Amino acid sequence: MATRTVTVGSASGLHARPAALFVAAAGAAPVPVTIRTGEKRAVPANSMLSVLSLGAKQGTEVVLEADGEGAEAALDGLAELLARDLDAEEPADA
Amino acid sequence: MPDSAEPAPLHGIGVSPGVAGGPVLRVAGVPALPAPAPVTDPAAEAGRAVAALREVVAELHRRAGRSGEKTLVDVLRAQAMMAEDPLLLEAVREKVLAGSDGPHAIDAAFATHRAAFEAAGGYLAERVADLDDLRDRAVAVCLGRPMPGVPSPGHRYVLTAWDLAPADTVDLDPEQVVALVTESGGPTSHTAILARALGLPAVVACPGARDLADGTTVLVDGATGLVRVDVDPVEVTAAETADREHRTAVAAISGPGRTSDGRPVALLANIGSARDLAAADGAEGVGLFRTELLFLDRSREPELAEQAEAYREVFAALAGRRVVIRTLDAGADKPLPFLHQADEPNPALGVRGLRLVRQRPELLRTQLAAIARAAEQTGAEVWVMAPMVATRAEAAEFADAVHAAGLPKAGVMVEVPAAALRAGQLLEVVDFLSIGTNDLSQYTFAADRQSGLLAELLDPWQPALLRLIAEVGTAGRAAGKPVGVCGEAAADPLLAPVLVGLGMTSLSMSGRALGPVRAALAARSSADCARLARLALDADDAQRARKAVA
Repeated sequence: MATRTVTVGSASGLHARPAALFVAAAGAAPVPVTIRTGEKRAVPANSMLSVLSLGAKQGTEVVLEADGEGAEAALDGLAELLARDLDAEEPADA
Repeated sequence: MPDSAEPAPLHGIGVSPGVAGGPVLRVAGVPALPAPAPVTDPAAEAGRAVAALREVVAELHRRAGRSGEKTLVDVLRAQAMMAEDPLLLEAVREKVLAGSDGPHAIDAAFATHRAAFEAAGGYLAERVADLDDLRDRAVAVCLGRPMPGVPSPGHRYVLTAWDLAPADTVDLDPEQVVALVTESGGPTSHTAILARALGLPAVVACPGARDLADGTTVLVDGATGLVRVDVDPVEVTAAETADREHRTAVAAISGPGRTSDGRPVALLANIGSARDLAAADGAEGVGLFRTELLFLDRSREPELAEQAEAYREVFAALAGRRVVIRTLDAGADKPLPFLHQADEPNPALGVRGLRLVRQRPELLRTQLAAIARAAEQTGAEVWVMAPMVATRAEAAEFADAVHAAGLPKAGVMVEVPAAALRAGQLLEVVDFLSIGTNDLSQYTFAADRQSGLLAELLDPWQPALLRLIAEVGTAGRAAGKPVGVCGEAAADPLLAPVLVGLGMTSLSMSGRALGPVRAALAARSSADCARLARLALDADDAQRARKAVA
């Protein structure tokens, strides 16, 4: 079982645009990935409704888990995405 | 003239001028969930329910494709991801296989997540409305009914509704919708603002609008508020043509705003960023440059350099012309994340606009420095004004800060009755005043701008509001300083001569309204304007004021 513990980097938390980007990336992973906060039940990372329900904010620690071929690489990519401030990368409203 | 068979017309408040007609279509309502039905073929029923959700997803992507606005596209895509959530689809399938019919399975599957969102509170609780919208759409498709919202029939039609929600505006295809008629709403409602932005004739607060059967041909006059019912389509075409010709004639009048006897009235545009400049082409300058856009959705305050660049872009495009830039108008009513303001019980009456200086003086200092730096590099005539000023002391303090930043012209908005009543004292310490009629209405009548039920109180023709505008006009004349209106009221061609008669020296509005207002002023002398102002001030109520002037 591959595991990564990441701190959510996006200013608005794992909501809205950052959540959509993460869920889309998880859906494209070659293996099923789960995500959880603390000791709460892990939920499928490709489920937008479940990921939103985590209510993870900037600074919240989340745990990603996956099994199977490609799990390590998939988690590396997702962990890197979560750690970034995806809100700050939004093009400034000119 | 209408023939004898034509039913009585409907009357409402005209909020966006123009004449257009066509068959009526209503904004489709939310379908009621019928009694549970027995399912004979669960596999087929499950397929139907899942297909309904997929159709909702497809519709959301179609809407995203139509919208050019990036934030909106992001929101719609996020909603599509909720509707195609694999857990949701699986739950729907399971519930149908356990004996439920499609619509009830969809309802039950959403209910689980709805409860979780509600329990989480905060941001997620606000997303409950999104879930309900997705559920209603899927249930409607499953029942073979149109999705709730603005129809898209593929032909031109007149849209009727109780009132339009911000979300409806995404669905609204201006190629198909030729006019808007709403039962509720007011001159500052979302419907009115949207209609003016799109240049669609619109009538709001129009009793009976919702009762018009789909397909009834109506003719809408967005200036007078008259909606004729069961009109011959030939007559509709003739009326639309006549209106177009009139507009072309109006557009042909150009140049600076003036009355027929040559009294100048500066016609200015309201903008929110450099993107709005194209629509402001016919304006003599900008009477209201809102700076909030730069601060929205930001977790940190934009830095001086970034602000200066955004302002410079606007100033440079307006070299040689006047630009009135308004300092940040945020606060408890328009919260910004980086302000970290506590919730207030009455946000409209709380720490907003210039009052933020009490808590965050550096915000204003940085913004003024950015404006000064941007102004230096361009040839625009930059004036700076503050929102939500109530007293002479606040105005004086602001003017000092503006001058200290090296900017020559400082003014304040008149949005609070206290400021209107003391306009003379304010003009002792500032160079100009600009009336924000929307907020001045709200505070004069103690009526929430967002409340459709109170629309009649927020009518800019209310004699009490005109009285306060007159106070400002009189003070401006006495001081020999410019005073103007930059609220929605300035865009009403019928009201413009009244405002000039009350002493306004400038009118600032959305770019589209400039032509009709310019034409309305060109048709009146200063003496006419003064007489019309008197008639409106003396009227018993807003309706009569409008009638007395028309």
